[in-house]
Amino acid sequence: MEWETVIGLEVHVQLATKSKIFSGSSVAFGSKPNTQASALDLGMPGTLPTPNEEAFRQAIMFGLSINADIEKCSIFERKNYFYPDLPKGYQTTQLEKPIVGSGNIDIELSDGTRKTIRIHHAHLEEDAGKSLHEEFQEMTGIDLNRAGTPLIEIVSEPDLSSAEEATLFAKKLYSIVTSLGICDGEMAQGSMRFDVNISIRKPGETLGTRTETKNLNSFKFMEDAIDMEVQRQIDLIEDGKKVVQETRLFNGDTKKSKSLRSKEEANDYRYFPCPDLLPVIIEDEYIEEIRRTLPELPEAKRKRFTEQYSLSNYDANILSSDQLLSQYFEVVAKKSGDAKIAANWILGELLARLNSTGLTITLCPIKSEDLAEMICRILDNTISGKMAKEVFDGMWKGDGNPDTIISSRGLKQVSDSGVIESLVIDIIKTNPNQVDDYLRAEEPRRSKMLGYFVGQVMKASKGQANPKQVNEVLRRKLNKLINNIEL
Amino acid sequence: MTINHIEIMKLAELARIQLNDETIKETTKSITDVLCLIDQLGAEKTNDIQPMAHPTDAFQRLRADEVTESDQRQTFQDLAPLAENGLYLVPKVID
Amino acid sequence: MSSQDIHEKTIAEIIFALNAKEFSSVEITQHFLDRIKKLNGIYNCFITVCEESALKQAKIADQKRMAGEFSDFCGVPIAHKDIFCTKGLRTTCGSKMLDNFIPPYDATVVEKFSFEGAVVLGKTNMDEFAMGSSNETSYFGAVKNPWDIRTVPGGSSGGSAAAIAAQITPGATGTDTGGSIRQPAALCGISGLKPTYGRVSRWGMIAFASSLDQAGPMAKTAEDCALMLKIMAGYDSKDSTSANLISPDYTEKISSSINGLKIGVPKEYFQDGLNFETEKSVLDALSQLEKQGAILVPINLPHSHLAVPAYYVIAPAEASSNLSRFDGVRYGHRCENPKDLNDMYTRSRAEGFGDEVKRRILVGTYCLSAGYYDAYYRKAQQARRLIKQDFVSAFNEVDVIIGPTCPNPAFEFGAKKDDPVDMYLEDIFTIATNLAGLPGMSIPCGLVDKKPVGIQIIGNYFREALILNVAHQYQTITDWHQNYPKDEKIESTSKMRLE
Repeated sequence: MEWETVIGLEVHVQLATKSKIFSGSSVAFGSKPNTQASALDLGMPGTLPTPNEEAFRQAIMFGLSINADIEKCSIFERKNYFYPDLPKGYQTTQLEKPIVGSGNIDIELSDGTRKTIRIHHAHLEEDAGKSLHEEFQEMTGIDLNRAGTPLIEIVSEPDLSSAEEATLFAKKLYSIVTSLGICDGEMAQGSMRFDVNISIRKPGETLGTRTETKNLNSFKFMEDAIDMEVQRQIDLIEDGKKVVQETRLFNGDTKKSKSLRSKEEANDYRYFPCPDLLPVIIEDEYIEEIRRTLPELPEAKRKRFTEQYSLSNYDANILSSDQLLSQYFEVVAKKSGDAKIAANWILGELLARLNSTGLTITLCPIKSEDLAEMICRILDNTISGKMAKEVFDGMWKGDGNPDTIISSRGLKQVSDSGVIESLVIDIIKTNPNQVDDYLRAEEPRRSKMLGYFVGQVMKASKGQANPKQVNEVLRRKLNKLINNIEL
Repeated sequence: MTINHIEIMKLAELARIQLNDETIKETTKSITDVLCLIDQLGAEKTNDIQPMAHPTDAFQRLRADEVTESDQRQTFQDLAPLAENGLYLVPKVID
Repeated sequence: MSSQDIHEKTIAEIIFALNAKEFSSVEITQHFLDRIKKLNGIYNCFITVCEESALKQAKIADQKRMAGEFSDFCGVPIAHKDIFCTKGLRTTCGSKMLDNFIPPYDATVVEKFSFEGAVVLGKTNMDEFAMGSSNETSYFGAVKNPWDIRTVPGGSSGGSAAAIAAQITPGATGTDTGGSIRQPAALCGISGLKPTYGRVSRWGMIAFASSLDQAGPMAKTAEDCALMLKIMAGYDSKDSTSANLISPDYTEKISSSINGLKIGVPKEYFQDGLNFETEKSVLDALSQLEKQGAILVPINLPHSHLAVPAYYVIAPAEASSNLSRFDGVRYGHRCENPKDLNDMYTRSRAEGFGDEVKRRILVGTYCLSAGYYDAYYRKAQQARRLIKQDFVSAFNEVDVIIGPTCPNPAFEFGAKKDDPVDMYLEDIFTIATNLAGLPGMSIPCGLVDKKPVGIQIIGNYFREALILNVAHQYQTITDWHQNYPKDEKIESTSKMRLE
C-alpha cells in the first residue's frame, strides 16, 4: 500500500434524557416545530441555564465504560458564532475541563486481531436547532425544538487507519452507548452523528493536511465518505496539487462531497468560561455509585456469551454488539435451551430478513418467545429443520405462534416408525433398478445413492417425514437386502 | 496598542455589526482609546495567579431531569419579526 | 397630613400611613401618577408609564388591605428599571433593539414585588443595555438630573435615581454592574445598594456582564432600601449563580449601635482626581461616624488601579457574548428588506444598537479573540483575583470600608461625549466591588456646588445588614437624605429639554 490513511472521529451522541441540558423542555423527537422551545431555548433576554443532572450521569457512565478519568471540577465554556439555529449566538460546551478525560475502546478486526483506539476526551454540550431550506422560497425556516438537547461529543485520537476500522469503531461506540442506555441509537433521527477527519501520508512521513467531513449519520455513509475522500486526496496529491484544510459535506445518495467554503474556517470562536454557570463538582462517591450501577457492557457481554453459551467469538461479537439484539438472543437461548441453534437462527434467517426489510430488532415481527418455541419443536422432533423454515415464514407473516402454524399447515413431522417403515418399503419396491444399483455399488457411491431414496421417501410424504428417521430406516432395510434378509 | 481600520472591520464582521465609512474612523479612535486604558493591565505581574471567572467560590447545583416546560409557541412567535407555519424565517442560508 | 406631603414620604412612612389607613393605595398611586404626568416630560425618568395597570393594582391592594390579607408592601408604588422583564409590559433596556419587546415572563425581582402587592408605576429610563454612567446613551433620550437639569443623573440606573430625587416614585429597582446603582444614587442624592453577587436573582434581568450584574434597591433612605432588599433577596433555582443562603430581615438590626465598628479608609480612594469638595464631604461623614463610636482604620487596597482596566476587559467581553442573541431572528429589531442572512444580522444590529453598545461589543470581541485572549481576558481575570484578595485581606482588619462613591458630582451633558475613557473613570471607586462580588451602598453626604455627593459603604460578602445599619445610623444624625430639589418649573422646560 503506497498511502497510509489517518482517521480521527468526532462523534456527537444525543443523550437519552427527558429534558434538555439547560432547560426543562422535552427532547422528544418528532414534535411540531418550536413546540419544545422554551424562553431559554429561544435565547430570550434575561433567561439563564440550569444544568441537567442526568446529562452528567450519562456522560460519566460513558467515561467509566471507556476507562477514562472523570473530571472532578468541570466547567462550561461558550463557543461564539452566528447562525440562525444557534439562538444565543453561542453554544455552551466544554473546552478546558471536559467531564470525561482520555480513555480507550478496543475493536475486533476482520482478521481476528484486536486494536485499541484511544479516546482523547468526551465533553458535554448543547445541540443546535434545525434549519429547513426546502420549505420556503428564498427563506430558511428555523425549528428550535432540538436546540439545547444534551450531547456528548466523543473525540478519538487519529488512531484509525481505514474505513473498515472507522466503521468498526463507530459500531462499537454505538453498541456501548445503546447498551448503557444513554442513547436511543436512532441514527436516522440524528441520535448519533459522525464527523470524520481524514488525511493521508506516505509511510514514515509526518501527518498530512486533514479535511473534515461532517454530519454523517449512517455507518454506510461514513464508510463511503471515507473511501471517497481518501481517493480524492490521493488523486489530488498524485496530480501535483495540495490538500486544503477544509470542511466538507458528503451526499450519501450521490456519493459526492463538496467543500463548505463558508466563513467557518475564518471563525474565531472566542471561547471563554460561561459566566452563568459555576464549576460542577463531581464527588468520588457519586462516581462510584454510577460505576456500581453500570449495565453489562458489550465487551463483558461478548466474553460471557462465549463462556456461558459456548458461542464462537464471531457469533458472540455480533450478538453482544446491540443491547436489544443481545436481550432477544438470551431469551431465545434460555427458553429453547439450545444457544447454538438460537444463534444460528438469529444470525442467519432473522438478521437477513430484518436487514432486507430495513427493520430493527425492536420491530421484529417474531417474538423471542415464539422463536424459542419453534426451536423447541425442532429439538423435540415435532418438525424438521426444513419445516421450521416454513414455520419461521409463517411467524414472520403474522400467522401466529409456532404450534398454531404447525397444526394449521399440517407441518407436523411424521415420526411414526410404522408409517415411515411402510413408506420406505414402498419406495424400495417401486424402484427396483435403483435398488439393484445400490446393492452392486461400493462406498462412497452407495451413500450418495442413499440420498436418492431419502429424497423419494420425503417426496412421498410431502416433506413431512422425519428425515433422520427415514435415513436410518432406509439404511436398515437396504442392509437387510444386502444380507439377503427379509425386508 | 493601536488598532487599524482593517482590524476593526474584522471585529465588526465577527460581531455581525455593519460599520459604515463615516463611523469607522470614529470607532477606530474610540476603541484605540479604550485599548490604551486596558493596556495598563500589561504592566502588572500576574504569573501564578489563578484567573477568576466568578466572584464567589460557589459550585453549580444540578437540576433533576424533568420536563417542566410546555408548548408556548404562539406566545413566543407573536414577538417574532417573521414566522410562518411555526418556523422562524430568515433569508435563505446558503452553505 | 395633606396629600402634598405624600411624595415627600419614605417607603417606611408610606407603609405606616397605609397601615394606619391615612390614605389608600389608589390615592397614593394617583398622586404619583399625577406627578409623573407633570414632571416626566422634563426629567424623562420613565420610558413607559403604567397608568391603567397601576391603578388596577392599587385597587386590588386596597381590597386586600380591607380584607386583612396583606403584607407591608401591599399597595406601595414603585418603579422598575427597564432592564427587568415585565410580563405583558414593554421592556426596552433603553434600546431601539427592544423598542417593542413585550416579554411573556416576569423577572424574579418583578415577581417578588408583585407577590407582595406592590404597585408598578412604570419602567424607568436607563443607559442602553446598562452600558453607561450618565444615562445619555438611552435610545429614549437622556435623563435630566433633578438637582440641575443641565447635568446628568449618572447611570446606568439614571431613570430610577432621578425619579426618586424628583419624588415621582418613592423607590425603584436598579442594577449595578460597575456602579450603576451607586453612582447615580450619589449624583442624585439618594440611597442605593448593590447587594453581594448572587444575593438577588438575575432571572429575567437582561444580561450585560453576567459575572458582575446585580439587582438592588434604590430609595430615599437606608431603611427603605432594607425594606426593598427584604423582598428582592433570596435564592432562585432558575439562576445558577443565585446564592443558596437564607436572607435575613434587613430591617431587624438596622438600628444597632455602631460603637466599636471598624471602618477601613482606603488610601487609594483619596488620591489625585478626587474633587476637593467631595473629599471634604466624605471626610465629614467619616467624622460623623466616629462620633457614633466607629473607629477609622487606614487600609490599603494596593491593586485598585487595576479595577477600571480589568473591568473594561471583562464587562465588554461578557457583553459581546450576551448581546449576540439580539440578531433579529426570533424577537427584537430586524432591518427592512435584508438581502441575505449576513445583511440581516449586520444591519439589524447596526440599527438596533447605539454607539456605546457597539463600541463595547467590539472591544469585548477583541479581548476574547485569538491572540489576545491571554493578554486581555485572562490577564483581567487574574487582576480580578488580586483585587478580591485586597478586600479579603482588608476585611480581616475592618468591618466595612468607606470612601467616596464618585470622584466628582454630576457633570454636564455632553461633557464626556468625546472621551469614553473619561466617562469610564467616573466608576473608579465603584467598579472594584463588582469585580470582587462584594456588596456596596451609596448614601448622600453633602452638596458640592449645590449638587449631591455620596459616600460608599462596602461590606464583606453577604453583610448587607451591616452596611444598612451603618448607613441608617449615619442618617439618624444627618439630614442629607432628606434634601430634595424643588420641582422644575414647567415654563422653563421648553427651553431646557434636550432632544
